[in-house]
Formats: sequence, structure tokens, C-alpha cells
Amino acid sequence: MPELVLEIDKLTKQFEDFVAADAVTFTVSKGEIFGFLGANGAGKTTVMRMLCGLSMPTSGSAKVAGFDIYNQTEEIKKHIGYMSQKFCLYEDLTVKENITLYGGIYGLSSAHIKEKMEKLLKELSLTEDANKLVRGLPLGWKQKLAFSIAIFHEPKIVFLDEPTGGVDPITRRQFWEMIYETSRKGITVFATTHYMDEAEYCNRVAIMVDGKIEAMDSPDGLKKTYNGKTMDEVFYVVARKAKRQAD
Amino acid sequence: MKQFISFVKKEFYHIFRDWRSLMLLIGIPITQILILGFAVTDEIKNSEIAILDNAQDAASQNLEGRFRASKYFHIVKMLHTPDEIDREFRKGKIKIAVVFPKGLREDLMHGNKAQIEIVADASDPNMATVISGYASAIILDYQQEIISDNLPYFITTKIRMLYNPELKGAYNFVPGLMGLILMLICAMMTAVAIVREKELGTMEVLLVSPIKPYMIVIAKALPYTLLSLINTTIILLLSVYALKVPIAGSVVLLLLESLLFIIASLSLGLMISTIAKTQQAAMMMSIVGLMVPTTMLSGYIYPIENMPLILQWASHIIPAKWYINIVKAVMIKGLGFQSVIKENLILLGFIVLLIWGSVQRFKIRLE
Repeated sequence: MPELVLEIDKLTKQFEDFVAADAVTFTVSKGEIFGFLGANGAGKTTVMRMLCGLSMPTSGSAKVAGFDIYNQTEEIKKHIGYMSQKFCLYEDLTVKENITLYGGIYGLSSAHIKEKMEKLLKELSLTEDANKLVRGLPLGWKQKLAFSIAIFHEPKIVFLDEPTGGVDPITRRQFWEMIYETSRKGITVFATTHYMDEAEYCNRVAIMVDGKIEAMDSPDGLKKTYNGKTMDEVFYVVARKAKRQAD
Repeated sequence: MKQFISFVKKEFYHIFRDWRSLMLLIGIPITQILILGFAVTDEIKNSEIAILDNAQDAASQNLEGRFRASKYFHIVKMLHTPDEIDREFRKGKIKIAVVFPKGLREDLMHGNKAQIEIVADASDPNMATVISGYASAIILDYQQEIISDNLPYFITTKIRMLYNPELKGAYNFVPGLMGLILMLICAMMTAVAIVREKELGTMEVLLVSPIKPYMIVIAKALPYTLLSLINTTIILLLSVYALKVPIAGSVVLLLLESLLFIIASLSLGLMISTIAKTQQAAMMMSIVGLMVPTTMLSGYIYPIENMPLILQWASHIIPAKWYINIVKAVMIKGLGFQSVIKENLILLGFIVLLIWGSVQRFKIRLE
């Protein structure tokens, strides 16, 4: 039995007369790359927000990195990384300043930040641009930098909210190589996405429809079950059941 | 603490990188203070007046009746000793005092001339000039009437301006400008800075990180507090050395009071940031919701005494009005803390209310 990083049981979020997440249940193991798919309004963002401590569940239970989401949110925050589709870098700060800032927020020592930063800059071949404002970097680089910063404090799990929006396919490919690298280091990756080719890269995929998980398996398993050649076809079959309108 | 320092550093970077806005923030008060002249004043009604009647004779009774009948004055107190004049002014109860000399009627009947003293609070010079003019006119009116039998009577008025003997407009607009500038920088800039994080999505990342929300807010407020204190100092230096408005009271008290108002403005900015979704919205809310009422209703340009009653009530909810009162009292009149306790309590009340409201709204948003 591998170490479980996410243990989610009947997690439910209700807004007045609307159930955004309906008894969502799944587990994710250490180092796994878990894809979370769904049309707009299917509830994937709601689930992710609850797991990150941005929103309180109505009922159900969940453990993130071994900590309870009801009363150990402070511990959870120290052990997760988060990257949204907007990349969340400060454009008027330099590359170095962005890294130092997030390192500082996660309480790393200055010496530790410096050492890790040198290494990171080399890996990203950003050493020469380290003192440039992020504003001037190409989109793909920003994205890689944002991801590196999200895992700078070596979290147990990193949440990626549609991380590759607006990026060209080659850069996306390179980005996924970084994700594999991360997973090899033992960091679990939890990613929501719209791109079905991206879903193929995941170890396991869950498809949400109308607040419920309709299907969950490895991409190959899903293709067999739903008799599709690509994830695109699988998604189409599963998501067709939706009654709810996207918002 | 380390988290907090990294965060504060970042906030300073934001401000220094955006040097255009920075120049604007420091440039506005300097240009305003150098350009702004005298404010326009219309007629002022129901000015609080106190009368010290040393004469107690028919002439003084007649004049008192005229003041009582005038729509321009409202007699709040009859005084008995000269010391009381100063006391009433310091309490802020009266705008003007009239002193009838002993033996007013006798002087008029036998000497054909008398002198009446008018004392006005000139920390608002326009108002002081206008209302002492009204008072002189009433006295002159009386003089005209008693000339009936062709005997020349002369009543001279001696006008004494308290607090601002040279009637400088600067005495009035410096406190107003301080209120306006601090409000502008603190409330608007804080609101915009917080909303910018929301807009860019970085706020989410911060909320997911171990840094506490209150730390984010304090770290954001800190550079603007510092900037505002620098601006306060610039305004004070300019008013003392360029406009020759001396600081009559304690400089330390003045700066502490400014800090209190800065905190009140920051809380306002915080409140706005919890309502506004975009930077533009935050800016519009600050300008329409704060700047305009502050300019119009704080007594900075138009005397509050002149406004319709409903606007006078509205002016009570403008924090800048209370701060301007404080600055006038401390800077121009040289009064101490005990004379502005009420204003301090009101500002404190604003702060508590606004921060409480923002926390409530913040919680709702996270749900």
C-alpha cells in the first residue's frame, strides 16, 4: 500500500440550493500525477479550493498530506504548492525577487533560498536573466518559473489549476517533462485541465460531471471502458451526461 | 517574522518600481499646496455668538436684541467675565464674541462715541471676516438709527482676530489639504494594491500559502503609512517655510494624530478592497465615494456651517472632517490633546467599525 497524499471521502460543498461538489471520493498516492477533468462548472475548481483550504466543505472528510482539512489548514498550507492559470508571478519584480519572496513566505532561511535559487536558475537557464523583471520574460518561461516557485519549498503535493492555458504545444510538452521530473522526486501532482492530450500524460484521471466523479481510472483503462481511441472521445462520452449548464 | 519581512520588501519594490505613481503621490501635495489659494465663501448663517455685556443698559439691551433677531447669529451664551471669552473659543462653542463696554449708553449720550469689541475665531479666515463684517453691520445699523436728532454718534468697532491674526487662507486649507492627501494615498492606494493582487490571481496563491491574511494587509499598509508620514512632513514643512503658517501646537501630537487618521484611511481602503473586484472599480469607488464627499463635505472648501442640515449630518460620517478639526485645533490654535478627545474617539470608532466590517466581508468571500 503506497503512502496516500490525498484521502477524500464524500466531500460535499453546497451553495444554497446548488450542490457544487457531491460526495466526491478518491485517493491519490505519493508521487502520482492525478488529472482532474471536467467541463466548466462541473465542480473541479470547487473541489480543489476545498483541498487548498480556500473554502470550507459542507460535509464529508478529507486529508491532505496527512492533515485534516477542517482543523489543520495551517499545517496543510505549509505542505502544499499551488499554481493557478494566471501563473501568479509579480511582473514588476525580478526573477530573483519572486523566488526570494515565495521562499520567504514559506519560511525558508536566506542561505537555503540562495543555494536553491542558484541551482534552480541554472536548471531553467535563467541565470543571465535573474535580475530582469518577470514582465519581460516569454510566456513559456514565466510558466516554468511559476511552477518551479510552486514547488520551491518542496511540498508533498502541488495543485495546478489549468496550468497550461495559452501556451503553445511545444512549451506544454516541455512543461509536462518538468511535471514528470517533479513526480519522480516524490511530489504528488494534482492538475485540472481542459486539454485532453494533457490528460494522456497523467497516471490517473478523474472526470467530473455535475459535481460528481463519473469516471476514474488510468487513461488506458478509461479508453477500454468507454471504448474510445483517445481521451477526447472518452471525455465526450462521459461529459455528455451533464445536465448542468456551464457558467 | 521572516515571512512578514519578505512580504514588506515586496510591497516596497512594487512602489519603487512604479516610479510614475510615486512621483505623482509626492507631487500632488506639493503642487496643491503651492497652487491652492483662497476658498470661496458664501454667506454664513446662524454663527454661534457669545455676548459679554459690561454695560447692562438700554443701548446694550437694544444691540443684544438686534443680534438675537438676526438670522446670521445664534446667541449661545451670555458671558460675565473676559476670561470666559477665551474659554468658549477653546471649547469650540462659539465663532465670535461681542464685548459691550461699561457705560455704553453714557458714552454715547455724553461723549457721542463708544467702542465695541468684536473677537472672531480666524482659524477659518474667510468665515471670520464674513461674520465679523455682519456683526459690524448690525452695530452700524443701530448707530444710524440713533442719529435721528442730527447729533453725530460714533460707535467704532475694534475687531480682534484670534489664532490667525493675518487672516491667511493657508490657515484654512493646509489642514484640509492634509486630510485630503492622506485620504487619497492611504485609502485609494491600499484599496488598489489589494485589489490588484485579487485581479492578478496572486491573492489566491498568498491565501494558499502559510502567510496569514492579516500579515498581507499590514505589509501592504506599511509602505503607504510611511509614504503618508513623509507627505505629512512635506506639507508641514511647506506650510511653515513657504506659506508662513506656524505650527502653534505640539508637532509630535500633530504627527500622532495624523497617524491615527492614516490608520482610519487605511481601514477605509481595506473596506473598499473587499467590495471592489477590479482595480478600476476600486479607484472609482475611492474617487466617487471618498474624494468627492471629502472635498465637498469635510469643510475643506465649503464651510460646513453653510450647508443644509441634512448635509451637515452627512458630514459627520466623513472621517476627514474630524481630522481637519484636529489639525485646526492643534496646528492653528495650539490646543492640546484634551481639546480633541471627542474627534479622536470618533476616528477610533471609524477604525474599529471598518476593520470589523472588512473582516466580516473577507470571511464571506472565502466561503
